[in-house]
Amino acid sequence: NFFSTPKLGMLYAPPCCILTTDIISTVEFNHSGELLATGDKGGRVVIFQQEQENKIQSHSRGEYNVYSTFQSHEPEFDYLKSLEIEEKINKIRWLPQKNAAQFLLSTNDKTIKLWKISERDKRPEGYNLKEEDGRYRDPTTVTTLRVPVFRPMDLMVEASPRRIFANAHTYHINSISINSDYETYLSADDLRINLWHLEITDRSFNIVDIKPANMEELTEVITAAEFHPNSCNTFVYSSSKGTIRLCDMRASALCDRHSKLFEEPEDPSNRSFFSEIISSISDVKFSHSGRYMMTRDYLSVKIWDLNMENRPVETYQVHEYLRSKLCSLYENDCIFDKFECCWNGSDSVVMTGSYNNFFRMFDRNTKRDITLEASRENNKPRTVLKPRKVCASGKRKKDEISVDSLDFNKKILHTAWHPKENIIAVATTNNLYIFQDKVN
Amino acid sequence: MFARGLKRKCADHEEDMGGALAGFRAVPSYSLQRQSLLDMSLVKLQLCHMLVEPNLCRSVLIANTVRQIQEEMTQDGTWRVAAPQSTGRAPLDRLVSTEILCRSMREQDGVHPAPGMGDDHVLGPGSELSTVTSAQTPRDPQNSVWEMDSPRENRGNFQKSLDQIFETLETRNPSSAEELFSDMDSSYYDLDTVLTGVVSRAEPGPCDGLQGLPPVATPASSSSCKSDLGELDHVMEILVET
Repeated sequence: NFFSTPKLGMLYAPPCCILTTDIISTVEFNHSGELLATGDKGGRVVIFQQEQENKIQSHSRGEYNVYSTFQSHEPEFDYLKSLEIEEKINKIRWLPQKNAAQFLLSTNDKTIKLWKISERDKRPEGYNLKEEDGRYRDPTTVTTLRVPVFRPMDLMVEASPRRIFANAHTYHINSISINSDYETYLSADDLRINLWHLEITDRSFNIVDIKPANMEELTEVITAAEFHPNSCNTFVYSSSKGTIRLCDMRASALCDRHSKLFEEPEDPSNRSFFSEIISSISDVKFSHSGRYMMTRDYLSVKIWDLNMENRPVETYQVHEYLRSKLCSLYENDCIFDKFECCWNGSDSVVMTGSYNNFFRMFDRNTKRDITLEASRENNKPRTVLKPRKVCASGKRKKDEISVDSLDFNKKILHTAWHPKENIIAVATTNNLYIFQDKVN
Repeated sequence: MFARGLKRKCADHEEDMGGALAGFRAVPSYSLQRQSLLDMSLVKLQLCHMLVEPNLCRSVLIANTVRQIQEEMTQDGTWRVAAPQSTGRAPLDRLVSTEILCRSMREQDGVHPAPGMGDDHVLGPGSELSTVTSAQTPRDPQNSVWEMDSPRENRGNFQKSLDQIFETLETRNPSSAEELFSDMDSSYYDLDTVLTGVVSRAEPGPCDGLQGLPPVATPASSSSCKSDLGELDHVMEILVET
């Protein structure tokens, strides 16, 4: 267990962090953890692959190196509305591996694409009618026949778009989630959720629609959605008002009536003009077990038991010291930042990002928490990451950082945890950090 | 604490207030700051239309905030129609620290001004209190804030204010949207970047002792760009219909 070591968070910085040229907008491990995909603002997907463990250098697990890079989405222009459609990749989700190739879904605001990533490490040689460079041979010079054979070649990784799921969303897609049946998936925008079959691109089923008849009455939007990891008929979606609805697709075709509504009553002593904004849920994630789900709002992470709707079972404060700064954060728009959250493989630890390139982990069993920083300047390679502390008020101790020195441009919105090991991927604005715990 | 280059507001360091704020003695009242928050929100709603398709979640949250303020001001009785237009003095003057708004409402109970008392007494010398302007007669507080009276005319006003904003960008042709946006970094919505590029700074008001007040101001020249709750209706309509 990751946190059973005496020191909370025995993470150390690998000798390299990966620099990207564009703002990272999503990070996702595949089901085995061998591959790590990132999407960026420029519409590109970069996939990293973990090196096979080096038996000689057994002090570390394999490092992640670039495996494949491709342009997933291009910018488009919507002529009807005279607006740009950004190519920024909002989400990537991997399909479980069924054969030699890997498949992932990537989406921008409007269009979802299924990509096949396959390796080629052999090529046929010895054609009769073609030279090796592809030119055709003069048939009259062919005197004998031979059977072409496969010869090894340098590994080539190819990405090709296999399906394009387009024109089903009027509003901006914020989530995609693959069903446990591995045949269908959902895509959610601000007001609607659609159900797709992976093989069918020309139609999708609308399963949630919260668009009011009169748009002037709109007060709530969908912020995230996810399928249950085990029940293929169950999914949840979160809203900008801090509610989560669990829906059962067997109940009706249009899941406008939720089966369960999860909402914590507001604390009246904390009420302000910003209460609603900070209650807006930016991410929702089921635990691997399927028994719990985690939500992230602006200041906290909450764990919900699916059997209890009226309040979360656990609440963790991410950066409570920001509560007195909400007005400034509203002014500079930081209050609208959408932080994601993730579970570790055993569901015992949860992680989320914060400002100043800090990220936080909470151990659900010991109730301990830690703040770490993703930066090269402040972390020596191959040393254990030093825990950070923010001084909310009063005298600042040595090594503490005061709230007013925090850099609100340095935000960690996207984090991912390897499904099996204690390896995490943390995205700052331009850099991807991969940390792993110390292996003795 | 702020994005790029924006100086901190002094009120975040209340202990440092001392000499830097010689000209400003009074702690801003709750209703003044509430007004300031209202203006800020309306500016945000208007400006977000300039970039790629506005983030609907953000717009809805801001609009809900505006509605909350309006409801509270209606209950207070401080929701007034101001007849004379302001002389165009930008809301910059009234954008003092709004940190007090972050405190709980209960704390504020003692601070609410009595209805009808007005806020003039807490402002610095020389500044006007320009309340929310509205061309319509006093609204029935029960009416939804989304109610629209004259869509076409309001749309025209909104378009005029958009045009003015575009003109200050000094590009050749405001209708060539792609050119307009080509050198804007629309990746993160960065209010101060947009504002400093878009708007000429309003002339300093009496609160310029508070250095580093962010330039949250519409172009000072035109009153048609003013935060006008009457425009909120069509702003929302335009936003949600796109």
